[in-house]
Amino acid sequence: MLKVLKSGFFTTIQDTGRFGFRDKGVPVSGIMDTETVYKLNMLLENERDAAVLEITMTGPTLEFEEATYIALGGAELSITLNNEPVSNYKVLKVNAGDILSYGRLKKGFRAYLAIKKGFQSSLVLGSRSYYGNITPKALLKDKYEVPYIHTALFEPKITGLKVDSILDEEILHVAKGPEFELLDDKQLEMLFSQEFTIANENNRMAYQLNETITGHAVSMLTSATLPGTIQFTPAGKLIILMKDGQTTGGYPRILQLTDKGISILAQKKAGDTLSFKLM
Amino acid sequence: MKNFPISIRPFGVHAVLIEWPQEVNDRILNDILFFSAHLKKECLHEGLWELIPAYNSLTLVLRNDIIQFDTFKIQLEHWYSEKKAITLEQKFLWRLPVCYESEFALDLIEISEKLQKTQAEIIALHTENPYTVYGIGFLPGFMYLGGLPSLLEIPRRNSPRPKVLKGSVGLAGKQTGVYPQESPGGWNIIGNCSVPIFNPKNENPCLVKVGDKVQFYSISMAEYDLHKIESEVGIYQFEKIKIDA
Repeated sequence: MLKVLKSGFFTTIQDTGRFGFRDKGVPVSGIMDTETVYKLNMLLENERDAAVLEITMTGPTLEFEEATYIALGGAELSITLNNEPVSNYKVLKVNAGDILSYGRLKKGFRAYLAIKKGFQSSLVLGSRSYYGNITPKALLKDKYEVPYIHTALFEPKITGLKVDSILDEEILHVAKGPEFELLDDKQLEMLFSQEFTIANENNRMAYQLNETITGHAVSMLTSATLPGTIQFTPAGKLIILMKDGQTTGGYPRILQLTDKGISILAQKKAGDTLSFKLM
Repeated sequence: MKNFPISIRPFGVHAVLIEWPQEVNDRILNDILFFSAHLKKECLHEGLWELIPAYNSLTLVLRNDIIQFDTFKIQLEHWYSEKKAITLEQKFLWRLPVCYESEFALDLIEISEKLQKTQAEIIALHTENPYTVYGIGFLPGFMYLGGLPSLLEIPRRNSPRPKVLKGSVGLAGKQTGVYPQESPGGWNIIGNCSVPIFNPKNENPCLVKVGDKVQFYSISMAEYDLHKIESEVGIYQFEKIKIDA
């Protein structure tokens, strides 16, 4: 078991998500920054969908009850294992009784802790990922215990990675969304020439942007939305849906982020800036 | 069977959006459901694809791979043209109990004044006809219901409530619906449905599917309490009636 001594601001269990229930309104959920997590699971020679901890802004303090191997990555925080600093993107051995402790956030917004063979919390509708009404226990609280598989010995093929960090990237590549054509020249100009700032309203469901573009009066029938869909409200606000985003919506879907774009955005917090580039 | 003019467009690299004429009616919805069933049965590997119908659209999502749009579009057009009248999954009319008493019906008095109708008239209108489920989204198990009597059309509240009780039944514009979980919401609340159609513990978490119909009926507070307990302990029997496609 992994004992949660301190949970941190918002630490959740996530895998690649819940698939097959979107026609019932169930969001996909899952890891926000897949770019990072695929690397960590690769280092540990795990399956891609092995469950990890997603650590938002301030990290937890955790005690390992059995020996295993872990890999850390994503946002940069000062992290110690038994009071010794440890680095991201390395396979780390932990022993029974070891304590992993997260300190100050330096860069990015979401850090990840991957573990050999993945966390073993309960699967609901095919996924361990946190979603409020479906897996409430996948949001860590003090004194929770998260199961994992004891691994005494593992000889990784690669012990560490030098990673091209996405934390500094500010350009989001986008494809045209289904309602892209309703944008006029002025709106296009505003969309692709200015810098946007992340609003305080940003979470796993959606990121809102502070700057607006000229609004519209288009009304459409509700239709499917995806993670990475950029919705355009009549008032000209842009709402970027993320992994816990609603599965349908009634606002024009003007742009669609790439998978990498979702990962880049997942590392942004209120006040950070970004711009869009059409592919 | 008659085919509609459909448009097929890319929706990112993992999804394709198919749209029918922008109308809300059962003929279009049925055509979407037939095509969706045909795709699932004959064309697409169901474990890899997710099909999301809503009103006049069907979105196809490929889980892990990238769709080669140009070739896939031609393939889809072909599949649409050869689609046969295969048997759809059995559709049901679900009869859902709603308690319209004042404890739950937070906005009923206000609406009754605005619409110039007595509360009993509003309840009678709301329960009069079955509604068609045109989509499920917004929240897990939230049904987009079409067919609200025009006499009950009322704009959403000026300011949304930060918390709307689970099961709340609301009115907004041409729509009526049930909040499947506690959430913020701007609809006018006229009652509460005590039996949840969405339960993540079930293998099929949502009893109702797109294309089904829902009809509400009025119950007393005592019946509400009874149904609530029955559904909590898992013995509530939903009333459903088979309907033809």
